[in-house]
Amino acid sequence: MLQQVEGSQAVAEAVAACRPRVVCAYPITPQTHIVEALGRMVRSGALAPCRFLNVESEFAAMSVAIGASATGARVYTATASQGLLFMAEAVYNAGGLGLPVVMTLADRAVGAPINIWNDHSDAMAVRDAGWVQLFASSNQEAVDQHVLAFRLAEELSVPVMVCMDGFVLTHATEAVSVPDPSDVDAFLPPFRPRQVLDPADPMSIGAMVGPEAFTEVRYLAHLRMLAALDRVPALAAELGERVGRPVPALVAPYRLQGADVALVAMGSVLGTIADAVDALRDAGHRVGALGVTTFRPFPAAAVRDALGAVPSVVVVDRAFSPGFGGVLATDVAMALAGADVPVASVVAGLGGRPVTEASLRRLAERALDGSLEALSFLDLDRPAVEAALAADGSARPTGPTAESVLRHRGARSRRPPGSPGTPAGPTSTEVAS
Amino acid sequence: MTQQAPVKYYQVGSFAVGNRLLPSELRTVQSDPARANSLTSGHRACQGCGEALAARYVLDAAMRATDGRLVAVNATGCLEVFTTPYPETSWRLPWLHSLFGNAPAVAAGVAAALETAGRGDVRVVAQAGDGGTVDIGMGCLSGMFERGDDVLFVCYDNQAYMNTGVQRSGATPPAARTATTEAIGPSPGNPFGQGKDVPAIAMAHRIPYVATATVADLHDLERKVERAMAWHGARYLHVLAPCPLGWGSEPADTVRVARLAHESGLFPVYEAVQGEVTDVLPVRRKVRVEEYLRLQRRFRHLFDETGAVREPETVAALQRMADQAVRRVGSGRTTHRTTYEESR
Amino acid sequence: MTERPFAITLDVGTSLANRTGAWRTERPVYVDRMPPCNDACPAGENAQAWLALAEEGRYQEAWRQVVEDNPFPAVMGRVCYHPCQRACNRATLDETVGIHAVERFLGDEAIRAGWPLPGPASATGRRVLVVGAGPAGLSAAYHLRRAGHEVVVMDGSATPGGMLRHGIPRYRLPRPVLDAEVERLLATGVELRPATTVTDLRATMAEGGFDAAFVAVGASLAANAYVPAGDSARVLDALSLLAATEAGDPPALGRRVAVYGGGDTAVDAARTARRLGATEPLIVYRRTRERMPAHEEEVEAAEAEGVRLRWLSTIARAERGSVTVEEMALDDTGFPRPTGRTQRLGADTVVLALGERADLSLFDGLDGVRTGDGVVRAGHDGSTGAPGVFAGGDVVEGERTVTNAVGRGKAGARAIDAWLGGPSPERPPRPGLAVAERLNTWYYADAPASVEQRLTAARRASGFDEVVRGLDESTALYEARRCLSCGNCFECDNCYGVCPDNAVVKLGTGSRYRIDYDYCKGCGLCARECPCGAIDMVPEPI
Repeated sequence: MLQQVEGSQAVAEAVAACRPRVVCAYPITPQTHIVEALGRMVRSGALAPCRFLNVESEFAAMSVAIGASATGARVYTATASQGLLFMAEAVYNAGGLGLPVVMTLADRAVGAPINIWNDHSDAMAVRDAGWVQLFASSNQEAVDQHVLAFRLAEELSVPVMVCMDGFVLTHATEAVSVPDPSDVDAFLPPFRPRQVLDPADPMSIGAMVGPEAFTEVRYLAHLRMLAALDRVPALAAELGERVGRPVPALVAPYRLQGADVALVAMGSVLGTIADAVDALRDAGHRVGALGVTTFRPFPAAAVRDALGAVPSVVVVDRAFSPGFGGVLATDVAMALAGADVPVASVVAGLGGRPVTEASLRRLAERALDGSLEALSFLDLDRPAVEAALAADGSARPTGPTAESVLRHRGARSRRPPGSPGTPAGPTSTEVAS
Repeated sequence: MTQQAPVKYYQVGSFAVGNRLLPSELRTVQSDPARANSLTSGHRACQGCGEALAARYVLDAAMRATDGRLVAVNATGCLEVFTTPYPETSWRLPWLHSLFGNAPAVAAGVAAALETAGRGDVRVVAQAGDGGTVDIGMGCLSGMFERGDDVLFVCYDNQAYMNTGVQRSGATPPAARTATTEAIGPSPGNPFGQGKDVPAIAMAHRIPYVATATVADLHDLERKVERAMAWHGARYLHVLAPCPLGWGSEPADTVRVARLAHESGLFPVYEAVQGEVTDVLPVRRKVRVEEYLRLQRRFRHLFDETGAVREPETVAALQRMADQAVRRVGSGRTTHRTTYEESR
Repeated sequence: MTERPFAITLDVGTSLANRTGAWRTERPVYVDRMPPCNDACPAGENAQAWLALAEEGRYQEAWRQVVEDNPFPAVMGRVCYHPCQRACNRATLDETVGIHAVERFLGDEAIRAGWPLPGPASATGRRVLVVGAGPAGLSAAYHLRRAGHEVVVMDGSATPGGMLRHGIPRYRLPRPVLDAEVERLLATGVELRPATTVTDLRATMAEGGFDAAFVAVGASLAANAYVPAGDSARVLDALSLLAATEAGDPPALGRRVAVYGGGDTAVDAARTARRLGATEPLIVYRRTRERMPAHEEEVEAAEAEGVRLRWLSTIARAERGSVTVEEMALDDTGFPRPTGRTQRLGADTVVLALGERADLSLFDGLDGVRTGDGVVRAGHDGSTGAPGVFAGGDVVEGERTVTNAVGRGKAGARAIDAWLGGPSPERPPRPGLAVAERLNTWYYADAPASVEQRLTAARRASGFDEVVRGLDESTALYEARRCLSCGNCFECDNCYGVCPDNAVVKLGTGSRYRIDYDYCKGCGLCARECPCGAIDMVPEPI
């Protein structure tokens, strides 16, 4: 049943429908509304016998989740930004131990400077922690992905992080259909842990593993992650059939048919991108988009299949690796390795900077006319940067290393579609004025 | 035969591990051939490891108190490393190791999971060394205390980071040499006036039960575990567990050194209920701190080659610390030891 | 359970595959050391063993352990000067264990309950003559009888017991106790021929068909000691006084009695005189009190009864009603030298207690027997040099105590048994002494010694009632439990408990422990924390 509801509330209700037994959280904006709502439900008795633990830090939150999960409880927590980094050690630990914890990440920039608004730099910081990372582009997706997340996590014994954009989604009120508890019950069987602390069947969990077996432990974890690439589509289809709407799986193509340029992105920006694509198509430009819904494991094959016929790819990243470029762009480029398709990395929407339809349109147009640089920063305030560099007096915008890196990337991306490559000049510039 | 008069006094009283003259229920858990051996043979602890001993003492007692319904959570550290290097584990009870600083929180999660599964009969013990307790684990421990999670947290205090090569911790005593407080310079060893008293911090949380113990008095230690397990909520047990490697003591002297720590006053052995000291283990034979210090190479710089005191001010300062510690907790008589006077 | 994660999750207890015993450079080994009490016992009693049984309340078994070596627990518990207690390590903690009091308790229990001594082994057909029914002779007879020999004891006295009866006053050894233990011994099949004085050993042996003889005629003659005395001076020897008193015909002593000598016999004489009406018995001794051969507790008891002591004095002359004593001074070597200063003291009777000597006439004409210093020079096993003739007790050299006599009787019996073709009395090598330094005394609970009740001084002076009262059961049990079990495992479980590697295997009550060398790392904690020092650390063989 569709209802106008804040994203956080909707997610809380979806999580509640999954009947967690332990919920633990430490407050951090913009995750708070989710756990407040769950806290209320636990207090009211609606979630009995669930316990809500107010912990003293995110590190403790994930640690409580680890203990509870290893004891056979379905556990849930949520965090964001600094909180995720503060719990990072435990995030890796849950991943390494293969504990099916489900966590909402209300994506938010990571300081310094401190910033409470949305980008994806928090999620990128733990992409290698052994967690499945699902990105929601809407609150409806977020809600459905949480239900899927518990099933996936428990099937594979892998923790799952559902990433939803802070404020943009968490605090947005829109029409969302929260799954009926009976549908969730039918979809999500009781948790049957692969390993559990039980006096009737004692075992030692968390051994020290040396060089003789560490690689194999990691390889097996890799295989479990790869299995998610099969299970996510299957579970999305199953859940979608049950709730009567499509549930996102690995990737979400949008009007890619015959496209000359594809815009690739994750999260809520895909809505704006769709609007931009529509407008560009209306103007006769053959532009499409690809949403990446499952970021870890990375659906390289699905990405390649979706983008196979597109001669130019622009990846809009809401996070980047300073000194290099967009993180998603790197992964997409690797997925397309050998396809001889230029991949331009565009860093956009950092720290809550709006990504407007107009800017996206201009971006697409530059990609279409071949003037888009290998790496660019959308809507960069060039005068402010110039002023800062001037004030610094020892301006070093591009050192030798950065220069060569960018030259290398430019050599691939500045070629117009179908034409032989030309050497790229050293540049780090904005797309729009 | 004349009318049998009750004779309650026994050869070794209640000081030795066992006593064939005592009814089995009055002997220690460790004397029981059917003890749990929660930590079994084949572990890789050094010779004479106090922590290995303490862990088996504590867990076996807790196993008896819970009729085997026990789960253990372990912080990173020697105890974790020497017990569970793949492919072998020395534990015989359900055991979980997560990280160095999060054992209290992990244990809280275990307890919450058990409670919500209707398995409140299964109890939780978390264990860590002093590093995992007084330093890196302090935040999670304080959280566990104030929330009142149903966990007995046990610190095996060997007074430094032994697993990483004997570096100073917040539990390292003054004057002790560690790899990061070398016995060189004008005031050799760990500085005076530092470190923290975690049992007192635990008491300040007003948790139901806090106790200190050593590996030198098994009856006292086991009784405290049993008492701790009789309560629900957050409980804390701080066990002095000498480390032959880090302390530079003879492996055979592990129990002796722990005993001298108590008898010198440097390590008061007491228990506190609801934040108030209720029982202090009496010292049977009071000794000067030198007797304790002399057995340990980490204090060797305080003595010359003949064993005579070379740093009288430092030794005197340690003696003052010991005397102050005794004054602070009081030397009130114990309420539980069956003494000769009481039994005859 | 579903399949467990690879490597990070492990099956419990799998570290048993890791044999840490390979780390070891030293290994703990259980040992049995010689407890100082046993070491000091002239009768060879295993006091520690019977204390261990007694402390469990297994009194009859404890008593059986005593009578393995000594058939007179009730007697010895009273009259032995308990060298075991002087050796007892408990003195380093508080006070020695009252071993003698426990032995006495066991002996009295046995008499009360009528526990019989162990009977003879199958008959050997050999006959052994024992001359003398004192402690040495009866002890030898007992052990010979146990070995299956026919034993005949001949004694010149009408009643058996030797010095036990004729030399030790009743207030120290009530006669019903002595009678009971002697009768019980005879009940094992030992034939006693009282009032039978042997004068020709070989003839008696031939006549009786004896294959061997044990001569234990004791030292019942007063040592020759000359004290100038006037005609009317009344001078007796102590043995005569004690024997006459025992026979119910005590001599008239008068009020003032001077006893000359410093041994236990002197003290017995003085205390007996006190009971016979002497109000001021006085012991005159030429050296200091510290050098007095009499046992301290005897001297203390005498003083408590009103016996006075005069040190560094000799009796220079005895007259009717007085003695003249000369003061002595110790020279550099500790030998008393006359000073020439004299003093006259009132004394109605002078009792000489200057030592006893043996009647060696029985050995006259026996080939191979060596005598000297008034004793037979026998081997430790009692062999005299004459084939088949053995000797023991006060007739051979050695300490003249009941306990030593009992021990010599046992040794002689074993030697005779071997001589008659029985099993060789070879003993395993004597283990090292369990010295106090080997103990970890922290584990022993504080426990002051029990005090045996004593008759009040007033009642002591008025008769021959036993002075020292025994321990009741609870006190005896308590006293037994004060034993530290030096050098011998008493199953306190410390080694089992303190092993950080669970490498000590508990074998069950009475079976002690075993080290599991597969896992023992050789840390030595078990040895260090063993209360009684029953574990040695020995280097690993390379």
